[in-house]
Amino acid sequence: MLVIWALAPAIVEAQGNLLTVMPPASVQVARGGSAEAKLDMRLRAGFHVNSNTPADEYLIPLRLTWAPGPLKATEVVYPKPETRSYSFSQKPLSVYTGNFVVVTRFHADPNAPAGPGALTGKLSYQACNENTCFPPRTVEVRLPYNVK
Amino acid sequence: MTRKISIPTLVTAVFLAACSSPPERGAKPESERRTAPDFSLKDATGQTVKLSDYRGKVVLLNFWATWCGPCKLEIPWFIDFQRKLKDQGFSVIGVSMDDEGWEAVKPFVSEEGMNYPVVLGNESLSQLYGGIESLPTTFIIDREGKIAAVHIGLVSKTRYEKDLEEVLGGVRSAGNLGAGAGDRGGPR
Repeated sequence: MLVIWALAPAIVEAQGNLLTVMPPASVQVARGGSAEAKLDMRLRAGFHVNSNTPADEYLIPLRLTWAPGPLKATEVVYPKPETRSYSFSQKPLSVYTGNFVVVTRFHADPNAPAGPGALTGKLSYQACNENTCFPPRTVEVRLPYNVK
Repeated sequence: MTRKISIPTLVTAVFLAACSSPPERGAKPESERRTAPDFSLKDATGQTVKLSDYRGKVVLLNFWATWCGPCKLEIPWFIDFQRKLKDQGFSVIGVSMDDEGWEAVKPFVSEEGMNYPVVLGNESLSQLYGGIESLPTTFIIDREGKIAAVHIGLVSKTRYEKDLEEVLGGVRSAGNLGAGAGDRGGPR
């Protein structure tokens, strides 16, 4: 299994530059093999996004999904959320703050054509700080890969 | 040692400072108030809510959403205001900005016991009110239909009480407002 960290300095910016998703470097994978990609996310100080398992049914979770392709996403592994208290909520919330990483495990089709390509994913999130919330956003994430 | 601060850094710092501790400005002088844009939308029961029909009343127009934590803190305050002040020519109007529509909003309205009209907002209404970019955003509209105060983000219940006392006419409401059952200990 190959793990490739983000290398490129270019960034994908979303929602007033609150959440930055560092674009991952190309995933190298053999036909029929497995690989994982780590998406490095950086949230502006003072803000939080709900985790993938929010504390309240009305809160909008962080969610990463991938479009079908020669690489099939077999699992998305979200980081362990923080449990934080905010003045606006009676109970602590399950959130992500600061820098965090979401891992996706992929399996390459045994018949996948060799060569480079790119998968597209969608990252949905909703950000707030102590006083205000921004509308839910879905941003596209591009994951380059190379099937050997 | 002298440190140079770039303009983008300064702008970002000002924006974040504004987000983290919004200034709690009171009601504007009457001479500075502008007319609140009119709108006509249906509430959860299908009744039309037309802002201009509220002329002569003080209206607290609150843009909110079910997914907005700070909004959820304020809603019990607004329920309290509605209960205590409705006979003095006052009404809250809630504008939900939930994309999922009534499917998400109706259960929330019921669970929270919202005792005032709630309508579904849209981009058009948002633009009419200057582009609602974050929630909660609340306008206090005077009896002449003019915007007396705007609060972007969560402010204290005390701030609302002061604004309403001023816009409603001070003495009439001063005895009716105060820490109510709806204040769950948020910023005051």
